[in-house]
Amino acid sequence: MSRFRAHSVLPSFNLALGFTLLYLSLIVLIPLSALFFKTATLGWGGFWDVITGDRVVASLRVTFLTSFIAALINAFFGLIVAWVLVRYTFPGKRIVDALVDLPFALPTAVAGITLAALYAPNGWMGQYFAAHDIKVAYTPTGIVVALTFIGLPFVVRTVQPVLADVEAEVEEAAASLGAGRWAVFSRVIFPAIYPALLTGFALAFARAIGEYGSVIFIAGNMPYISEIAPLLIVAKLEQYDYAGATAIAVVMLLLSFALLLALNALQWWTSRRGAR
Amino acid sequence: MSITIENLNKQFGSYKALDNINLEVNSGELLALLGPSGCGKTSLLRIIGGLELADSGKLLFHGEDVEQRDARERNVGFVFQHYALFRHMSVFENVAFGLRVKPKKERHNEAEIKRRVHELLNLVQLDWLHDRYPAQLSGGQRQRIALARALAVEPKILLLDEPFGALDAQVRKELRRWLRRLHDELHITSIFVTHDQEEALEVADRVVVMNKGKIEQIGTPDEVYAAPATPFVYQFIGNVNLFHSRDHAPWTQQHGDAVAYVRPHDIEISQLAQDNTSLPVEVKLVRAIGSIVRVEVAVDGSSEFIEIELSRERFDTAPLTNGDKAFIRPRQFRVFETGVQNELSAA
Repeated sequence: MSRFRAHSVLPSFNLALGFTLLYLSLIVLIPLSALFFKTATLGWGGFWDVITGDRVVASLRVTFLTSFIAALINAFFGLIVAWVLVRYTFPGKRIVDALVDLPFALPTAVAGITLAALYAPNGWMGQYFAAHDIKVAYTPTGIVVALTFIGLPFVVRTVQPVLADVEAEVEEAAASLGAGRWAVFSRVIFPAIYPALLTGFALAFARAIGEYGSVIFIAGNMPYISEIAPLLIVAKLEQYDYAGATAIAVVMLLLSFALLLALNALQWWTSRRGAR
Repeated sequence: MSITIENLNKQFGSYKALDNINLEVNSGELLALLGPSGCGKTSLLRIIGGLELADSGKLLFHGEDVEQRDARERNVGFVFQHYALFRHMSVFENVAFGLRVKPKKERHNEAEIKRRVHELLNLVQLDWLHDRYPAQLSGGQRQRIALARALAVEPKILLLDEPFGALDAQVRKELRRWLRRLHDELHITSIFVTHDQEEALEVADRVVVMNKGKIEQIGTPDEVYAAPATPFVYQFIGNVNLFHSRDHAPWTQQHGDAVAYVRPHDIEISQLAQDNTSLPVEVKLVRAIGSIVRVEVAVDGSSEFIEIELSRERFDTAPLTNGDKAFIRPRQFRVFETGVQNELSAA
C-alpha cells in the first residue's frame, strides 16, 4: 500500500481515483453488468441456442468483417490524409481539415440515407458502378462504404499530432544519409507513427462494430448477407425478446473487448521494443 | 572535395535570403559561416546539402555541377542543430542507418556494418552507449551520435547547422575543441554555420561573415578580427567604439563625413594630453574583470560612453577612479565614409 501512497506533488490521489472509479462504474460498469444479468436469465442452454443461431452467426460475421475492412481502408487513406494535412500547405487546407471532422458531427442516419441515395444503382455514383455490374448499395460493400465514412476521423485525428511531432529534419537527415523515399517512410516515419496508427485503427474498428444508424439505410438488411448484428438486436427488442437481444450484445461486447485488448497488447509490445 | 559557388540566389517570397553569393571552399578545410540570424547562412548550407534548391546560380563539387542531384546522391553528411536522431532506433541503429539503406549491391554484410559502427562510436567516444535510445542521452552525446551517423556513409563534405546551438556553454566549449581535433584527424571538407563569433574564430580555418543575404568578408579568423572589411564586420565581431567626424574631426581627417571604428583595446588613456588629437574625457566607470580592466569614459558634454580595455598591468602603472579627468587617443583605427555606414546600418 505504501507504494501507492508515495509522496507526490500531484494533488489528492485518493479523491481523483475515487471519482474515476465511481464515474466509470456509473457510466460503463453498471449498464454493462445489467446486460450480463439480463442475459443470465436465459441460462447456458438458452444463451447457446441464441448465439449459435445461423442468422446470428451470419450477422456477427458481416459486422466484424465489414468493420475490419472499413478500418483497414481508413488506416491506409486516413494516413495519407493526415500526411497531406501535416506536411503540406495549400489553399483551403483549413477547410479540408474541418471536413475530416464532419462524419463526427453528422447524424449517422443522414449519412446513411445520403450514401444510399448516392450509391443506389440509379444514384449519382451508383450508376457508374452499375454500368460495370457492380452493386454497392444494399450489399456488404455498401456497409463497408458507410463504415469507412464514419470511421475516417478516428485515424486522421490520432495520426495527425504524432506525425506533426516527427520533424521534417528527421526526414532530411535520412535523405542526406542516402535513404530513398520508400526507405524514409518504412524505416523512419512508419515506425514513429505506427502506435498511433494502430490506435486509430482500433478506434475506427470499434466504432464500426457498434454502428447502426448509417448502415441500416445502405445495407439492404438481407438476412445472412447484409444484415448486421446491431440490427438483429433491434429486431429482437421489437419482438420483446430482451434476453435474446442482450445475449447477442454480450457476444459482441466480448469479441470487441478481446480484439481491442489484443490491439493494445500489440501496441504495448511494439512501443516497448521501440521508442523509450 | 572543393566546393565552388557562383552567383547563387535564393528568394523566399519577397525576402531575399541569398543575394548573389560567390564562394570557394578549399578541399579539406573547416569553414565557418558566421552571421546574425536571418542572414541566409543556413539557407546557403541547406542548398549545398541539397535540402533546398537555389533560384539561380551554380554549385560545383570538385568542378562538377551537382545542382540537379538529390540530397541522397550528393554524398554529403548533414548535422542538424536539434540532432534529428531517429527516436525509435538505438544509438547503434542510428549510426548504422546510412549503411543499411545503401543499394543492395553496395551494401556491406552485417559483420562489416557492425565493425564500422563500433569504429565510428569509438571515434566519438560513445561506444559504451551503443544500445541506448536517443531519449536517454544528454544533448552533447546526441550531437556526437548525430555526427557519427553523418560520418558513417563516408561523406566527402560535412555540413553542420549550428551544431552546438542547443547546448549549454560548458559542453559547447568542450565540443568545439573536440570538433576541431576531429577535423584535423579526418580532413573532410567541412562547413559549419554559427551566429557565435567566438565559436567561428576558435574553430574555423576561414570565416565567411554574412549579413542580409550577402557575404561581407571572407578571411582567416585573424583577418576578420584584425582587419574587418566593412563596418558590419567591425561591429559584429568583437566590440567597437564609433567616433563620428562631426564630433572628432582630427581622427577622421581627410574624409568628409565619416566614422572612425576603434577597438576598446586600441585606445590609449592617460592623465596628460599627448598631442592635439587627444580627446579630453571623464572616467565614468572602472571594472576589473580578471586579467583586463574595462574603463568606460564619456567625452565632455556628451552622454555617449566609450569603452576602453587595458591590461591589469598597464592599468596599475596609472590607476584611474571614477570622476577622473583624462585624455584618450586611438592607437589604431579604421575610417568608413558615412555613406557606406548608413547603407549598412540601415540594412
